[in-house]
Amino acid sequence: MTAHDLSASRLHDHGDTLGHGTRRGYLIGFVLSVILTAVPFWLVMTGALHDAQTTALLIFGLALVQIMVHVIYFLHLDTRAEGGWILMAFVFTIVIVGITIGGSIWVMYHLNTNMMPPMPMPMPPR
Amino acid sequence: MHEQSFLKTVFGRLTIDSLPIHEPILFTTFIVVAALGLVILAAITYFRLWGYLWHEWFTSVDHKRIGIMYVVLGIVMLVRGFSDALMMRAQQAIAFGANEGYLPAHHYDQIFTAHGTIMIFFVAIPLVVGLINFVMPLQIGARDVAFPFLNNLSFWLTVAGAALVMLSLFVGEFARTGWLSYAPLAELAYSPDTGVDYYLWSLEIAGVGTTLSAINMVATVLKMRAPGMTMMKMPVFCWTALCSNVLAVAIFPALTAAFFLLLLDRYVGTNFFTNEGGGSPMMYWNLVWIWGHPEVYVLVLPAFGIYSEITSTFTGKRLFGYSSMVYATVVITILSYIVWLHHFFTMGSGASVNSFFGIATMVISIPTGAKVFNWLFTMYRGQIRFELPMMWVLAFMLTFVVGGMTGVLLAIPPADFVLHNSLFLVAHFHNVIIGGVVFGLLAGITYWFPKAFGFKLDPFWGKVSFWGWVIGYWIAWTPIYVVGLMGVTRRIHHIDDVSLQPYFVVAAFGALIILVGIVGTVMSIVMGIVHREKLRDVTGDPWNGRTLEWSTSSPPAAYNFAFTPVVHELDTWYDMKSRGYERPAAGYRPIHMPKNTGTGVCLSALAFLLGFGMIWYIWWLTAISAVGLLAVAVGHTFNYSRDYFIRAEAVARVERERTRLMAPGA
Amino acid sequence: MTAQATNAAAAEQRVFHLAEAEDHDHAGGNGATILGFWIYLMSDALIFAALFATFGVLSASYAGGPAPREIFELPLVALNTALLLISSLTFGFGMIEMEAGRARGTQLWLVVTALFGAAFVGIELYEFASLFAEGATPQRSAFLSAFFTLVSTHGLHVTFGLIWIVTMLVQIGQRGLVIENRRRLLCLSMFWHFLDIIWIGVFTFVYLFGVLR
Repeated sequence: MTAHDLSASRLHDHGDTLGHGTRRGYLIGFVLSVILTAVPFWLVMTGALHDAQTTALLIFGLALVQIMVHVIYFLHLDTRAEGGWILMAFVFTIVIVGITIGGSIWVMYHLNTNMMPPMPMPMPPR
Repeated sequence: MHEQSFLKTVFGRLTIDSLPIHEPILFTTFIVVAALGLVILAAITYFRLWGYLWHEWFTSVDHKRIGIMYVVLGIVMLVRGFSDALMMRAQQAIAFGANEGYLPAHHYDQIFTAHGTIMIFFVAIPLVVGLINFVMPLQIGARDVAFPFLNNLSFWLTVAGAALVMLSLFVGEFARTGWLSYAPLAELAYSPDTGVDYYLWSLEIAGVGTTLSAINMVATVLKMRAPGMTMMKMPVFCWTALCSNVLAVAIFPALTAAFFLLLLDRYVGTNFFTNEGGGSPMMYWNLVWIWGHPEVYVLVLPAFGIYSEITSTFTGKRLFGYSSMVYATVVITILSYIVWLHHFFTMGSGASVNSFFGIATMVISIPTGAKVFNWLFTMYRGQIRFELPMMWVLAFMLTFVVGGMTGVLLAIPPADFVLHNSLFLVAHFHNVIIGGVVFGLLAGITYWFPKAFGFKLDPFWGKVSFWGWVIGYWIAWTPIYVVGLMGVTRRIHHIDDVSLQPYFVVAAFGALIILVGIVGTVMSIVMGIVHREKLRDVTGDPWNGRTLEWSTSSPPAAYNFAFTPVVHELDTWYDMKSRGYERPAAGYRPIHMPKNTGTGVCLSALAFLLGFGMIWYIWWLTAISAVGLLAVAVGHTFNYSRDYFIRAEAVARVERERTRLMAPGA
Repeated sequence: MTAQATNAAAAEQRVFHLAEAEDHDHAGGNGATILGFWIYLMSDALIFAALFATFGVLSASYAGGPAPREIFELPLVALNTALLLISSLTFGFGMIEMEAGRARGTQLWLVVTALFGAAFVGIELYEFASLFAEGATPQRSAFLSAFFTLVSTHGLHVTFGLIWIVTMLVQIGQRGLVIENRRRLLCLSMFWHFLDIIWIGVFTFVYLFGVLR
């Protein structure tokens, strides 16, 4: 490895590599977020779908999409930031968040079902 | 009445009865500790060492100094934690049938709670963090960690937590709820006194320190490796340091949240984990074990890394299966996050949940087994030197594997239904923690002590330490496995069945042998200092090592490396030595270094006061400390001159002195 | 060639330390701050994950007290969501000013962001006050304990963000857009946007799901 290769492969001096935004990028992100916020609120406040389950699933999905919009347009996350480590940390965190919330709800649901104290017997009719 | 409420405002619920004036054992302990403390303080003052201690150690942002301070903290707290163990063993050896022993239940309960809390949070964690702190930056060819000030702050926050726990021995009571302080017992209704509050505040404060330290270490490994050191050319110890700290970043938030919610229950009257108001105590168990299981891997992975370094060095061979070691470490890291329910199989989650977690738990033994085979294959046909560090590796392999096997046994839910909370479980985790973590830390301290101080530990006392720990462990814990299988429950201060007494007597005897081991450890340091000229090493490489830390002087210069190393191969130092590397004798340049700072000490002192105020309901103290914390933290950000340069001439002087010492006949 | 001779030849070519040209050590920081702060944010996300998990588990534990539908005012929540979202946009504009080197412009957009942030916190406090007046307190039920804690933790983070903004305003005023201040603004921007992401979780899983239940 020559000295020349070293300088090429060496990390950027100030290393604080994170992309920066443009006016257009922030505005696009903002408009998308407004839509992705207004729709769920409208769906719930008007009950337009007449089915709580479907509505819940839909707004869950829209929330995930809006998070991605924020992550891309406001946080400028990409595969290059900090040599890919920002993305790796983010994906790792998503996984852990999923296991923590999903795992806890799964476990606690089973615990609650199995360990619920018995309901008092109803009074026999006179 | 007026005076009553004035006292309450000033002192909260702290009264003269909070002091142990009615408890002879505690009172005597206090006198002894206070006397010892005064002697130490007087000696430091007499020898005018305060300035030295403040400027060279307490305010230091040098990872080497901070690492050493962590290890000192860990060893001091080991003495406290082990005293608790001796008291428990003594009580359990005599309290049978009509004999109630010398410790009433409410005192015994504090002792086992303190023992576990101290050993994990204030012995194991500081020792692991200390070794990683000292060694890892040197191994990756860096001059310090990514965030030197944060490093200092993390250390002092840990000290603040330790100070609160130690204070609880003499002022008020400690928790009686076990080392994880389960709800609902830990709720205000069942534990109204200061005990659980001491526990929670001490660990919240120390936990912030540990989280910040973990972030620091991860950033260091990812960003500060020397040029040419790709991830796959990093020493295995650095991989285990990385994975351990990634895991720590992932789990301490869960513990912080669990404790925070319990604090809210106790202070604000919320209903997270109460029996009434819709609370769910089981959710507390869920959250703490989401922390608790990966935590033990946070502790054991660096120990595995230490074994890898030592095995490779003392067999004179490259570590067998480097890639598979890395993959095994990463797999263990991931798997450790999906097994937590095995700590409460019996809580009633049912067959589907239990089977998933049981199988996942058993699967973790596979990558661990792969590591053991890699160590064995490294040793095969190697030129094994049975020096003390290598002896620890062998003791680990023979001891830890048994603990792993009992772990797999416990992973089977039906078996666990019989063994949960028995002494079999207690024996299992002491087996893996002592055989895995403690032996690894002692091996690491023996191995890297010469690098930190320039002379080896006293070999005779090192061997006393070794045999004391190893023989003591087996004699202390084998009987506990047996009585655990026979059905004895954990955390009890008295047993009716007198026929079981012989086992506990043997176990107590084993604990005394471990005491010999601990004395040996301390003496190996003391006698090492006494005999340091005989044990001195000026080469910087007393063991014929293979990694970059051995290329520096012992102790290394403040700046670690006069020139940034360039890495070509795994086992970098071995590569350099085999290619006839010679230290450059000229061309030194100024080196950029961070300045010392007292802000970490200051913030931690304020955190300690905040904790103390909250525990004793001294609200004015809490308010002042909280405001103080914010003010000092924000004020610190106004300091923009936090660094300086070591001039090239100073570097040259240090390097030439080293050359002079290394020359034959110096 | 013998092995030794090969090695000797190789040794001549291998460089084990950086040559003068590359090894410049200077006062610009070590480049790890952005990654380090991001990792801290990930740990903060995990605290919120634990709080969300707890909320999820306790979200139906009303203990005979008020249920979400009875206490959540969605229009107010929608307003708050809008305020926080706008503050993210205004912070972004502030960062554009910073990249262009305009200290005054940066400070201006920071002030606007802070005003929206303060309005967010103010409305949240108003919401809490009216809930308390109705008897919907954190002590009433596990559901309410979880609700108040999750939303307050987010609100506290926003408050710390406001303190940080004020600190930055002073420091930019004193020293301009020096490299340390730029680095801190990058971190603050990550923090601010992160809080808006957490709020997406809050308004979806706490408020909207609550009303749907």
